[in-house]
Amino acid sequence: MANKALTGPFVRSPHTSEISLPINRHDRGRFLRGAAQVGYKAIAYGGMIFLWLPIVLLVVFSFNDSRAVNQWQGFTGQWYGNIFNNIIGTEARFSTELMLHAVGNSLFVSVVAGIIATIIGTMVALSLARGHYPGRRLLDGLLYIPLVIPDITQGVSLAMFFMIAFGFINNLLGLGANYGFGTIIVGHVAFNISYVAVVVRARLAHMNPRLEEAAYDLGANGWQTFWRITFPQILPGIIAGWLLAFTLSLDDYVVTFFNNGVGTTTLSIFVYGMLKTSVTPEINALSTLMLVASTVLVVISLGMQSQFSKR
Amino acid sequence: MKKALFAVLVAALLVSTAAAQSIEDIAWTCPEGYEGQTLNVYNWATYIGEDTVANFEELCGVTVTYDVFESNEAVIARLRQGNPGYDITFPNEYAVSIMIRDGLLETINKDNIPNFANVAERWRGYDFDPENEYGMPYLWGTTGVAVDLTSVEEPITSWMQVFELDGRVSWIDDTRTMLSLALLMLGYDPNSMDADEIAQGVDFLLEHGDNVVSIADDDGDALLARGEVDIALEYSGDIYQLMLDCECEDYAYIIPEEGSIVDMTFMVVPVGAPNLALAEVFMDYILDPVVSAQIVNDTFYATPNQAAIDSGLIPEELVNNTALFPSEESLENLYFLADVTDVEQVYNDAWDEILIFIGG
Repeated sequence: MANKALTGPFVRSPHTSEISLPINRHDRGRFLRGAAQVGYKAIAYGGMIFLWLPIVLLVVFSFNDSRAVNQWQGFTGQWYGNIFNNIIGTEARFSTELMLHAVGNSLFVSVVAGIIATIIGTMVALSLARGHYPGRRLLDGLLYIPLVIPDITQGVSLAMFFMIAFGFINNLLGLGANYGFGTIIVGHVAFNISYVAVVVRARLAHMNPRLEEAAYDLGANGWQTFWRITFPQILPGIIAGWLLAFTLSLDDYVVTFFNNGVGTTTLSIFVYGMLKTSVTPEINALSTLMLVASTVLVVISLGMQSQFSKR
Repeated sequence: MKKALFAVLVAALLVSTAAAQSIEDIAWTCPEGYEGQTLNVYNWATYIGEDTVANFEELCGVTVTYDVFESNEAVIARLRQGNPGYDITFPNEYAVSIMIRDGLLETINKDNIPNFANVAERWRGYDFDPENEYGMPYLWGTTGVAVDLTSVEEPITSWMQVFELDGRVSWIDDTRTMLSLALLMLGYDPNSMDADEIAQGVDFLLEHGDNVVSIADDDGDALLARGEVDIALEYSGDIYQLMLDCECEDYAYIIPEEGSIVDMTFMVVPVGAPNLALAEVFMDYILDPVVSAQIVNDTFYATPNQAAIDSGLIPEELVNNTALFPSEESLENLYFLADVTDVEQVYNDAWDEILIFIGG
């Protein structure tokens, strides 16, 4: 009851009366509401500018007619031309080829790591939400730790783990196991599982458990209940989890650096590698193309979601 | 008029570069028996000629995997952890000395690299590797003074003119480079391990920091281009790039008479390399005059390969540009940065002090 009274529309904190600006109570309310509106707008637009200005600059400089990325020299479509010529094979510039190869590696790693992490993460979320077994609470807590562990710790610890594991396997079985796509993907899956599980759990928490109980009552077994009732309900969570995992994996540098091997240069590693010579606007052009592609993906997924919720 | 002349020069440069890039021009032949093998290269991202790798693959019938790293520290860290299968990598001289000390490098057999004979006498033999048992020199550059000729009228010949300039100067945010210059000015060894001498170096820089407007993190060339500074201390490659981009004659690159710092990347073979023999073949190929010339034309770094310079395949504009190939006299006073691991903390603390008092 006390709570309700506090949140009522006419109750003000006694401290506000100490502000001496407006004359009476009515004007003061109007003034504060007006100021709040201006403040909200300023925060919203300021935030948008803060977020988008660097990206707009990146796009603008992708048309810069100079190898420098920070000084405008004139307009050119040359950097996009390089990329397209390389893709269609009319002109194979070595640096462009390396860059596109790195993009391919990045996409491969993030798609595969995203899918594996989504499957495992979803199973973990289901187990934690539906299971009743000792140690469940502990597991639940442990799930959040990878979200806050610094990348560098994860990268180094994984690299050490692989070093010991490879030493053991190679001595025991005489194999030549080494760092490569396998180790990068395992590393990415390791940090992605928690993100997927957290997103899917949030979705599971909003699901009405009676639906599953009803399915059981009507004679469905566990398998049927999962695929026909639970899965469609949590699908948006699973897709969101995969997208998150995919994105995190795509721009990861630290874990990749410590666990990469021969022939596995990803885009983030490649871009850092250009620091010795110079980062050219070709990187801007590529980033712009990736921005366009991801915007299209987001628009499609938003469209699908609104279709989904209409039904 | 000047601009037109420059355009002609650039056009000539482009034509001659294009002409030099044909695989038929390469007289080098690959030794028998490597067809179908793989070479795993670990290099800086765009630090090789456009066709260097493709031509090697064609001449030898091999496959090259090309991975990239972003710093010497990254290579050392990666290889300390265990070589994942790289056959050849390209660190700087101080990193090579650390890697030799830590046993991270294989020795190479110079008999398999006859083109080592092309390397200028000056660039053979180093304190950390007197007989070139571990590495072959690849490309080099210097640190020097980039001058905006439109605002600095007096010809710069000495470091003291830079340190006492009535104008705006930017330094490089590089601990060792800047302190080595100070040590050089004081008449000490640029690689001094003496804490007292380093402290004097700090005092020298603090006394001469009044005209410093920026301690630039590798963008002194951009500051110069935007007119924010009159003199930038910078790496030669960046300044050459600036001269090329602006299509003007407003800038000069100078190595003052007291001398300066030179850096060299080496081709080395990490321990545990799966294909040491092919790595040696690759080194021999790189040291071919035509191949080396192509690399210079594409990367704008100087080559230690005298035969490549003498071959005439590097355009005159490059060979005669002191930003790329300094004059013989200034070569006499160039110093390599050596590994100073034991007093590294002293250097880092000294530089922090300068950053605090002079600012970035």
